[in-house]
Amino acid sequence: MELRLTNVAVARGGVPVLSGVSFTLAAGKALILRGPNGSGKTTLLRTIAGLQPPLSGQIDGAEDAVAYAGHADGLKAMLSVAENLKFWAAIYGRRDIGPALDAYALAPLAERLTGTLSAGQKRRAGLARLMVTGRPIWILDEPTVSLDVDAVEMFAKAVQTHLAAGGMALLATHIDLGLAQAQVLDVTPLRAAPSDMHGASDEAFL
Amino acid sequence: MRAMLIRDLRLAFRAGGGFGLGLAFFLILVVLVPFSVGPQGELLASIAPGVLWLGALLACLLSLDRLLALDFEDGTLDVLATAPLPLEAALAMKSLAHWITTGLPLVLAAPFLGILLNLPTQGFSWLVISLLLGTPALSMIGTFGAALTVGIKRGGLLMSLLVLPLYVPTLIFGAEAARRGVVGMDVQTPLFLLAGISLGAIALLPFAAAAALRMTIR
Amino acid sequence: MSLWKYANPVKFLALSARVQPYAWAAAAIGILIGLGWGFFATPDDFRQGSTIKIIYIHVPAAWIAINAWIMMLFASLVWLVRRHHVSALAAKAAAPIGLVMTVIGLITGAVWGQPMWGTWWVWDPRLTSFLILFLFYLGYIALWEAIDDPDTAADLTSILCLVGSVFALLSRYAVLFWSQGLHQGASLSLDKEENISDVFWQPLVLSIAGFTLLFLALVLYRTGTEIALRRTRALNVRLDKNT
Repeated sequence: MELRLTNVAVARGGVPVLSGVSFTLAAGKALILRGPNGSGKTTLLRTIAGLQPPLSGQIDGAEDAVAYAGHADGLKAMLSVAENLKFWAAIYGRRDIGPALDAYALAPLAERLTGTLSAGQKRRAGLARLMVTGRPIWILDEPTVSLDVDAVEMFAKAVQTHLAAGGMALLATHIDLGLAQAQVLDVTPLRAAPSDMHGASDEAFL
Repeated sequence: MRAMLIRDLRLAFRAGGGFGLGLAFFLILVVLVPFSVGPQGELLASIAPGVLWLGALLACLLSLDRLLALDFEDGTLDVLATAPLPLEAALAMKSLAHWITTGLPLVLAAPFLGILLNLPTQGFSWLVISLLLGTPALSMIGTFGAALTVGIKRGGLLMSLLVLPLYVPTLIFGAEAARRGVVGMDVQTPLFLLAGISLGAIALLPFAAAAALRMTIR
Repeated sequence: MSLWKYANPVKFLALSARVQPYAWAAAAIGILIGLGWGFFATPDDFRQGSTIKIIYIHVPAAWIAINAWIMMLFASLVWLVRRHHVSALAAKAAAPIGLVMTVIGLITGAVWGQPMWGTWWVWDPRLTSFLILFLFYLGYIALWEAIDDPDTAADLTSILCLVGSVFALLSRYAVLFWSQGLHQGASLSLDKEENISDVFWQPLVLSIAGFTLLFLALVLYRTGTEIALRRTRALNVRLDKNT
């Protein structure tokens, strides 16, 4: 079980942003993407998650193995935390949400409506969603936004546990989570050159 | 799939879900009709099937722009698109939930509003049957329209523009069946055609809607 | 090989530039002779008098209105299957022409109907179908305008065109079912030759051919404009990126 990218190029709005992305992520490992805003981290993560096709290159091992957490949490304000998590668990064909609640100290909040939570608490519920999917590859886009120090620690521990159980994690973040198993990939040098139009959807017009 | 349906129903019934809004709209619309055309019983009786069908159709349309827009904003659709449940199934379930919370109440309320419009007694059963067969198509076509316009800011008006022409055959056969029921003509042909449209829409439009949604998310 | 090489915008523009002058000229000749012949050189109809002459505009406009949509349907399919930009842009370019032709068909129909039926508008199946077609064109064009990303717009309008075609066809039959109307049967059809006598028929065919060529020339011209817009956009995006 591994995730392998071979010479992948991705585009945002039809324009190439990154090219020549290659890496292999083995079970139990994490990869942290770094790069300035607008460098294409989100686009790369969405492409690996299967939300958009790559311009070129090969992505192996991602299909039906990915749990994606973007900027929005995918939680309903008018449902309780437990109802939200149970719903996502059921969508992924699972039932047990106990460990997820425990990992993020959500048990006391389980019956609260998600809309009444603070931003940080909501984010914790959103991250707990990854645990109920049972998917091996976690793809996280800026997961620590609006989390306090304790919550970041909870998150780091949850990732550790996931990796120790043979999972994988792919993160775009600037915070040091203290993950010993993590490599760092700086995407800045992979920025698609202006001349690198190949495969762009409007290539034919240039 | 059941989880999807239950979640949408639960959301609709909780405050802020907009449940009942369509029904209230339907009621108000029907109440306004005599004010605009006059209170003569005969006139009202003759236009009642058409007015009730048109009212049901507009009430259906009213709640459609929330069907996918909220899920789009909070990231639910992104996660659904990567989930093991096919997007087609998720959309079919969302449209079923829309029918249960909007279409079905309209069907049940229609006879009572029929009384207000002096609908002849023999027309009631056919009105209900025609609405029962036709409203699923309205929900499914509406889901397709919502999927086309979900990525567009203030897409609600545009969605009406796209969806209303698609409603034409359903409206024609539905209102015709109800009208024929009132005057005691043969209702079989329009009812079969209406059922055909509903079945066709349920069978095919989830695929079109899911394709449109994937293109929007991309 | 084959036709597909013209799916490249540059090759398409080159071909279009060569074809367009002939298309414009042939369209002008067809329409001028067709209309001139029809208006001035045919006798009045024994029942309808000189009002019959409006068919030389009415019928070709209606013909284009329907066939423009069918062309858009094929272009949309080509875009969805083979993702050739020219195809999507040709569909986009054809829509306003179809819309205008639908309006011309409706207005000339009303003008013709007034002396014939004594009313500007009747809910006759054919007129009603055209009114519905008009709404489909409006929705299609509005969807193109509403979406910023050109590829997404092409995708979604193509799907709308496909689904819309099915429902337009359904509406056609629904409307037939709904009302048996006043409109005379088809003016031109292959199996019913003596629908309309030869005197009227020949200039009508010429006029239809002229309108069709006009449609072709307009689509080529407008597709060229759309390609230029896309090219400007593509270059602008690259410029922004480099700064």
